[in-house]
Amino acid sequence: MDSFRDKIVPVTSILAGVVVVWYVFAVILNAPFQRDLDRRAGETPGVVEFIGKTMSQPKPTLPAPHQVAVNFFENTFLRKVTSNRSLVYNAWVTLSSTLLGFAFGTALGIVIAVGIVHVATLDRSLMPWIIASQTIPILAVAPMIIVVLAAIGVTGLIPKALISTYLSFFPVAVGMVKGLRSPELTHLDLMHTYNASPSQTFWKLRVPASVPFLFTSMKVAVAASLVGAIVGELPTGAVAGIGAKLLAGAYYSQTIDIWSALVAGSVVAALLVMVVGIAGRIVDRAMGGRPA
Amino acid sequence: MSSLLSLSSITPRSWQGYAALALLAGAILLWPLVDAAPGYGIATAALIFLLLLLAIEADNFPPAIGVVLLFLGAHGAAWLLLAGITGNEGTARASFYLLLAAAWLLAWRCVTVLSALRPTSRWAATALRLIIPTIFGAWILIIWEAVTRGAGIPFILLPPPSAIGVRIANSLPMLAADVRQTIFKAVIFGYVVGSGAGFLAAIAADRVPFLRRGLLPIGNMVSALPIIGVAPIMVMWFGFDWQSKAAVVIIMTFFPMLVNTVAGLAASGHMERDLMRTYASSYWQTLFKLRLPAAAPFIFNALKINSTLALIGAIVAEFFGTPVVGMGFRISTEVGRMNIDMVWAEIAVAALAGSVFYGVVALFERAVTFWHPSVRGG
Repeated sequence: MDSFRDKIVPVTSILAGVVVVWYVFAVILNAPFQRDLDRRAGETPGVVEFIGKTMSQPKPTLPAPHQVAVNFFENTFLRKVTSNRSLVYNAWVTLSSTLLGFAFGTALGIVIAVGIVHVATLDRSLMPWIIASQTIPILAVAPMIIVVLAAIGVTGLIPKALISTYLSFFPVAVGMVKGLRSPELTHLDLMHTYNASPSQTFWKLRVPASVPFLFTSMKVAVAASLVGAIVGELPTGAVAGIGAKLLAGAYYSQTIDIWSALVAGSVVAALLVMVVGIAGRIVDRAMGGRPA
Repeated sequence: MSSLLSLSSITPRSWQGYAALALLAGAILLWPLVDAAPGYGIATAALIFLLLLLAIEADNFPPAIGVVLLFLGAHGAAWLLLAGITGNEGTARASFYLLLAAAWLLAWRCVTVLSALRPTSRWAATALRLIIPTIFGAWILIIWEAVTRGAGIPFILLPPPSAIGVRIANSLPMLAADVRQTIFKAVIFGYVVGSGAGFLAAIAADRVPFLRRGLLPIGNMVSALPIIGVAPIMVMWFGFDWQSKAAVVIIMTFFPMLVNTVAGLAASGHMERDLMRTYASSYWQTLFKLRLPAAAPFIFNALKINSTLALIGAIVAEFFGTPVVGMGFRISTEVGRMNIDMVWAEIAVAALAGSVFYGVVALFERAVTFWHPSVRGG
């Protein structure tokens, strides 16, 4: 594995490359519209001035990175956190339903995994359906679920959290089934020699063995929960949240707003995955794991 | 009530059987099944009881006959219960649900017995592997149907599966047009291009260590981001037709493929690589003869993930603007018109398409990675 120092130079240089390419594309994509504007205004700007103009349109086809950065900064740090234009507020709305759904999904996934590992009938009948459940594009029907639930008066956090639950239970269930089955036969035999009861075997051997699997799949699950929450906000009923910001931006062609909402979503996703990773490391250390 | 007389000789051998017997007794106490005027005929009710009692008694027969009795008893009773609710919608009483629960428990018993079977022939094992989940799925539909029609749940909220089935049968041309627009144009194109580009990027990253060190952390991070959010931007750039959906699919499928392929290329052991070196094989020979086959499970894993992602990406992107055809378009407009059965029909088609897509990739995988322990079975 490469160490952190080995990675930092390539990662930063590739990111810098992405930014440069982004600027180039911003100029190329915004140029036709800018030419139209200039022709109507009867202006003939020089090359440098023209490039500068393509990077400062109010509704560009592709906003330049600094436009997104400025918009993101303004809507994050310069607005009251309670205003519904603040990205912090919108991110919080999305985050709250993400976390609720993630908690439900993780609990459900663990329960299903324990059932599958211990009950043969469940293993044979439920496992194929768990796989099939994820081939259903639930995200695509998420807005419908929200609308239908709203029709009977269920609104707010719960419907969005349900979609997050549906998306996040799967990785946890599959990962935990793997994890609970990860103890080797020799270890299970050893428990048998000690005359351990099934519950003792479960708590003292299977659960500790499954912890690394749990945190790996929780990383995937938390990212999926966030996507579920964002898509759950797409129906017009939602007035707040990152998904609602995306949709509003699409309606009014506020491209800069869309991009900064995307950045906000990405920041939240990165933070969530990081928090789960750190929690995993803390638990690992508390259980006496040594860095491999 | 001839069934009451024979109750004394009934001896269940499983907890499901005992529970079912208790539910039957409860159903008799809380008679009748429905509040409506004609309700269930006495012959139908007697037949339901007889079937359930036979299933409860099944464990006292030889196993082969017992399984058949359990299967026929549980599903026959469920069939009669559902058939009888027609015309009595919304009037089901506790007794109806008790009988349904008894039938469900006996079906559970049936699955338990089937799971315990250890068939000797390969053909029978495959049949079992298919039958068990099928019974489970069928019961989801049976309970859904019974509860929605028995309790008279409003159509807007949750239509019964039978109504959805009728709707699918009646609007096949429309559904076919939607599938053609969404899957055959956007999903397939985006999936092939996105996965292919991810694969080539992984090969390039593998060739140039600098690229690998830089791309991998970025790829891992991007995998966790809500990429689906680029959908409105793509719709603005590429217009309302399928091209914008394909673009979303390409972006969504690129990174899983990249990350998984790079991980897979590191999967072959040092021993094998050293062997290839002693044969003086070139980089490309090593890649094609050793490392890509060793990476195949990882690559197929990405292809499976992508099959689901592609479908989701295309349908969600259609919410941001489409021509007047496509699965996402249909879902969003029919919700607005409260034609919930049409929406569910579209969901069923999407689920079927997703499962078929996944299944095809899985079949390919079995054919390509026939050497892998998980396929060989051992």
